[in-house]
Amino acid sequence: MEEVPHDCPGVSSAQAGRGASCQGCPNQGICASGAGAAPDPAIEEIKERMKTVKHKILVLSGKGGVGKSTFSAHLAHGLAEDENTQVALLDIDICGPSIPKIMGLEGEQVHQSGSGWSPVFLEDNLGVMSVGFLLSSPDDAVIWRGPKKNGMIKQFLRDVDWGEVDYLIVDTPPGTSDEHLSAVQYLAAAHIDGAVIITTPQEVSLQDVRKEISFCHKVKLPIIGVVENMSSFTCPKCQKESQIFPPTTGGAEVMCQDLKVPLLGKVPLDPRIGKSCDKGESFFAEVPDSPATLAYRSIIQRIQESCSLRQPKGENLVGS
Amino acid sequence: MLRVQGKAVHQCDSGWVPVFVDQEQSISLMSVGFLLEKPDEAVVWRGPKKNALIKQFVSDVAWGQLDYLVVDTPPGTSDEHMAVVDALRPYSPLGALVVTTPQAVSVGDVRRELTFCKKVGLRVIGVVENMSGFVCPHCAECTNIFSRGGGEELARHAGVPFLGSVPLDPELTRSLEEGRDFIQGFPESPAFPALSCIAQKILNEAPVGLC
Repeated sequence: MEEVPHDCPGVSSAQAGRGASCQGCPNQGICASGAGAAPDPAIEEIKERMKTVKHKILVLSGKGGVGKSTFSAHLAHGLAEDENTQVALLDIDICGPSIPKIMGLEGEQVHQSGSGWSPVFLEDNLGVMSVGFLLSSPDDAVIWRGPKKNGMIKQFLRDVDWGEVDYLIVDTPPGTSDEHLSAVQYLAAAHIDGAVIITTPQEVSLQDVRKEISFCHKVKLPIIGVVENMSSFTCPKCQKESQIFPPTTGGAEVMCQDLKVPLLGKVPLDPRIGKSCDKGESFFAEVPDSPATLAYRSIIQRIQESCSLRQPKGENLVGS
Repeated sequence: MLRVQGKAVHQCDSGWVPVFVDQEQSISLMSVGFLLEKPDEAVVWRGPKKNALIKQFVSDVAWGQLDYLVVDTPPGTSDEHMAVVDALRPYSPLGALVVTTPQAVSVGDVRRELTFCKKVGLRVIGVVENMSGFVCPHCAECTNIFSRGGGEELARHAGVPFLGSVPLDPELTRSLEEGRDFIQGFPESPAFPALSCIAQKILNEAPVGLC
């Protein structure tokens, strides 16, 4: 896809194949014929695949480094603690696939079966998929433009045989671009329960979360709620609290009130969370009594409650 | 962060006029943030449209005489990164500053960024380890909230210079939020010597007369 012109109007634009920048593009004929505007057959195929997936949750953030992948991984761990709950974790951060490391699955490979790609199972009831499993070295860089990333996401949604799943958690890269649009578009017919948006307390992060909320409204993606991460820090020596990322404009609480979006909870900074992630272990197992663990559990419960209130699969729910 | 939110970008004969952030006009800024009607508006663009804007930012902004052009990028190794490298290649960029936090999960992604630099022929000036330890303001105990050592180890593994570690400092965060000049306001802060040292290393890098 390196031949796609920089000023490409977009394959579904009215100018597709007809614009000045289309001259010389190898896809010009296809676009001009209007084939680009036809619905992608993969959407129906993905709808079929998703029939065995009860709840789909997208984990988003406006900014990088707020703890989105950490949260996605622990949401998966938390839900999978009930061995009767089938959980799937899909990492669509194509350039920065951290999920394999956080889940302790680095070096694992993906296998093909007759029914599609097999996810890598951490437990019998917890399967994981990431582009990280397709790379041969931890130094390998995935230097792909948008269209190629979209193709990979399509394959993940269409070709992975998740089996019967209660919760599919989709971890995304930061922002509101190709990966997010693709995930929403490809899952359009399959009904997404909603998005959980992660932020830190500072205004610089919240500013990007407001954009993320605006994105959700634009693409009619329901918002399950916002999680404020790295909320406060308790010094292990003197036990006094500090705000490392000061909520200069009131933090997520004020923003959620203003935008009428649920605040699912606040997770304090605990250095042991990072350590667990680095070791690929569940923080809940390592430090079951930490205030952070309690905060996570409460948030996970609220997410489960929110999902159970939504329409069951098969019915089209008009977004909020 | 530089307290110029809401400013508009104007055109002149030689292109778009960047926004100056200080009275002395020593720092100018261009961002898609200036082109939005509302600050909460989401820019929901796919790759090609982002690439086109980045190209414009390099070629159509009337930067004037500059000693340094600093380009802040999003995380990743995708459209934006390829677009800016392509756009700046004719101007022989000094190189890339690669930022990580100390933990292995961050280093795990940033090593791919270093591979990207190698593949596109972009020299790495060095690695900076950010959020490297927090000194409790109550008891002065230093806690490695995001672990430690990852940045230095990464630089060693990749064979590139390690430029330094910047500790977590809520005053730095607060300055950014309130648009204050951290360097002027907090010379006592633990982050100040780290940042100054890194800046000095970069100033020592640039050959005299490079335009």
